[in-house]
Amino acid sequence: MAKNKRNAKNAGDAPALGFVGSMRWIWTQLTSMPTALFLLLLLAVAAVPGSIFPQRSANPEVVVQYLEQHPVAGPWLDKFQMFEVYSSVWFSAIYLLLFISLVGCILPRIKKHAKALRTPPPRTPAKMQRLPQYTSLEIIEGESDTPDDDQVIEDTYKILKKRGYRVERRKDATGRSVAAERGYIREIGNILFHVSLLGVLAAAGIGQSFGYGGQRVLVEGETFVNSLVAYDSFTPGSSFSADDLPGYSVKLDKFDIVFDRESKDYFGQPIDFTAHVQVRKDADSQPVEEELKVNKPLRINGADVYLVGNGYAPVVTVRDGKGNISYSGPLVSVPQDSVYTSLMVLKVPDASPEQLGFQGFLLPTAVIGEDNISRSADPNAINPLLQLNSFYGDLGLDSGNPQNVYVLDTDKMKELNNRNLKAGGISLAAGETYELPNNLGSITFDDLKRYVALDVNYDPGKLPIAIFAGLALLGLIVSMFTPRRRVWVKLINEDGKRKIEYALLARGEDPRLEREAVELQKIFDKAWPLASQEQDLGAVNG
Amino acid sequence: MGSNAGALEPINETLGMYSQLFMLLAAMAYVVVFVFFALDLAKSNKTIAEMDAAALKEDEKLLVGAGVGSVSKMGRGRRGEEVRPDRVSEDIVSDKMNYTKLSANRPMARIAVALMWLAMLLHGFAVVSRAFAAHRVPWGNMYEFMTTGALVVSVVYLVVLFFKDLRFVGSFISGLVTLMLCSATIGFPTPVGHLVPALQSPWIVIHVSIAVAASALFAISFAMNVLQLIQHARMKRIATGQQDKLPFMRLVPGAGALENFAYRINTISFVMWTFTVIAGAIWAEAAWGRYWGWDPKEVWSFVIWVVYAGYLHARATGGWTGPRSAWLSIIGFLCVVFNFTIVNIFFNGLHSYAGV
Ligand code: HEM
Repeated sequence: MAKNKRNAKNAGDAPALGFVGSMRWIWTQLTSMPTALFLLLLLAVAAVPGSIFPQRSANPEVVVQYLEQHPVAGPWLDKFQMFEVYSSVWFSAIYLLLFISLVGCILPRIKKHAKALRTPPPRTPAKMQRLPQYTSLEIIEGESDTPDDDQVIEDTYKILKKRGYRVERRKDATGRSVAAERGYIREIGNILFHVSLLGVLAAAGIGQSFGYGGQRVLVEGETFVNSLVAYDSFTPGSSFSADDLPGYSVKLDKFDIVFDRESKDYFGQPIDFTAHVQVRKDADSQPVEEELKVNKPLRINGADVYLVGNGYAPVVTVRDGKGNISYSGPLVSVPQDSVYTSLMVLKVPDASPEQLGFQGFLLPTAVIGEDNISRSADPNAINPLLQLNSFYGDLGLDSGNPQNVYVLDTDKMKELNNRNLKAGGISLAAGETYELPNNLGSITFDDLKRYVALDVNYDPGKLPIAIFAGLALLGLIVSMFTPRRRVWVKLINEDGKRKIEYALLARGEDPRLEREAVELQKIFDKAWPLASQEQDLGAVNG
Repeated sequence: MGSNAGALEPINETLGMYSQLFMLLAAMAYVVVFVFFALDLAKSNKTIAEMDAAALKEDEKLLVGAGVGSVSKMGRGRRGEEVRPDRVSEDIVSDKMNYTKLSANRPMARIAVALMWLAMLLHGFAVVSRAFAAHRVPWGNMYEFMTTGALVVSVVYLVVLFFKDLRFVGSFISGLVTLMLCSATIGFPTPVGHLVPALQSPWIVIHVSIAVAASALFAISFAMNVLQLIQHARMKRIATGQQDKLPFMRLVPGAGALENFAYRINTISFVMWTFTVIAGAIWAEAAWGRYWGWDPKEVWSFVIWVVYAGYLHARATGGWTGPRSAWLSIIGFLCVVFNFTIVNIFFNGLHSYAGV
């Protein structure tokens, strides 16, 4: 870091930089620690708007709604990409700059550390007293275990080696000594951490561009065969090709919900969703029965199928004015509350002489209240009832504009059934048929099924990301909690006495340096007969 | 969780009632603890003044007896110089946060700690009985996050007290715990219930427990950093010869010691937070079909992670020591609180299971 700074200053002083010089200057600035720190904090700030404004990637409908409600501010916010913060130009710019800065910082550090790994521990300082943890111990002569000089050096070498130090014996003008260093792995951990962050980003990018996501609603009894046409909506990555879709199929046999029936506080709250499905890995293989649950996706040929929603699908049959069946099948309804009062909309463009439209609610367990209005009293289908209004006329489907299937456009239609009309609303229990007024047809409530909403997701980046994230965590732990420190032990002759001097130096944060000094003293004490002296004051009470 | 949820064991409602009762008792006990810690600070002001006077007298005796040189080690009370509070505080509280000779003179603090053990046991019973009542881990909604989180803060603090004299943050910790219990009981009263399906995963045990533990540690380092700033400002005043307006801060170690201690705690909690985020992503992959979707909760977890990463960089490599890095850590903790309160309550996202 310091070196970078100095370079930056020199470059700044130079009168004419030229192109290469300018680029080098920019590079030095970008990879300096203050810049990296600034970018890092900027990234934190830049992430915040995405939690305040609705995001297209997660809730496109909410964004549309927001734009309608804020006609002035909305378009401005949109211009600044506030509804797609995490793919916005400015957010991308910040993290890309940060990662460039990261690369610029890591590369020299890797080079430097590779060299450090091959370099012996540094020269023994002449004045060890100046170092933070300094101790001097006198050797008692004449004892049976009094060591000679060679013995001292040899023992020290072994002791430090055993404690994980890289050790080197020295002999110079001031005497014999041992130099040691440990904790090279701290820097390796640090580099691993930063490189793994790059890995996470790269894997996320690759996963996004080669993956895809899709949604599909599946009613009991239906089969989903994986192919583009089978999806209700599909979002491919930029490098996705339709040939990549594996041809598996999933059939929904039955969907079960368990509701809480014991607790008075949570009566009716769902406590379990289970979809019983049959999975075929490909067209030729045998179906296998499996369970799909909220925290238990199906994992098929690399793609994952998730259970993300559910509801009721009433099966209805509509006959038109000529007596022909113009609609027959399950109709997906949208639950509105905890007792599954469900909104349903049915468009019957094939009916003649008039197109027909229905909208209303499904009540799974209909009860009639005091006000004579039916409501649902339970999420389970104990007494299912359809309450519908009907319309005839132009459904507006020919205009070519995409229409929301859950919204009936009644602009060009006339009301046929409604509580306020003479004919009244339609109220159908299971198995019943209602004849529409004016001989326009009939509607039958045949059956009630459940459906599940599935998310299908294929992301080849998942596994690499998990691996890089794990490595990052490992690197982080190593770099945070392995101390890097140096020790020098010196044998000196002073006033005819032989003394052992030693000192420790931390490289980076090292709260346990003092404890190591005390530990070493204990070990030396055990190895040789020593009269302890002049300890560094701090070392006593560690 | 068993695959057949029909077999979920029924809730033990009676035990649930006892849990709520004990939670109230614990909250009241913590209030008393808070009062005693506060009394300790007030009373210690007096004790310290007495000790100062005694120390001054002793110094003078020594100086007369042995000459200046021999007492210079502690740098205390050279003739003619007033005893400077920071000097004495070195003597009565240790920068290593070990217990010192002042410890014996703090009866209020001793009572506070003893009462806090009582409060913690009541609290612990409340949390554990709730877990047994529901047959699951006691952190499935906002009420449970808060009460269990508060228990973690309390337990961690009491355990650390065995090794280090951190009684100077006692009023902060007991105040925080009281606040958490009160807002849980008043703001989010939630009867015992089963987990919603999205939370029925082994990951709730790992992800949430580590998140809560990391937050508890962030809270402790936050307290250290706030005290560090106060201590720093106070030292500056004293150095310029102004009067010491906050004498109780002499119970608190020096700004440098606080900073180092906060840093060490933050390294641990940062690693735990990193793990929390990774575990959250793994769980999100299983439950929601994507490992990362910039849900408001995810956004703020990311922001917290980046702010603390910035803090570590600022200190380790940027040379930002002193108040500047302390501010980053404080901002980080404010983000933690924000993530836990405002985001849970007001931001709509997939994490909105919080039972509010
Ligand atoms: C341009 C970008 C970056 C540069 C230049 C950079 C540089 C460094 C350096 C030099 C260290 C060594 C600290 C030490 O010696 O103890 C370090 C540590 C660290 N970096 Fe980065 N880094 C960058 C980006 C990031 C990012 C994006 C993160 C994650 C958000 C991150 C997280 C960490 C962590 C957690 C440590 C360990 C802190 C410590 O060792 O005390 N770094 N970084």
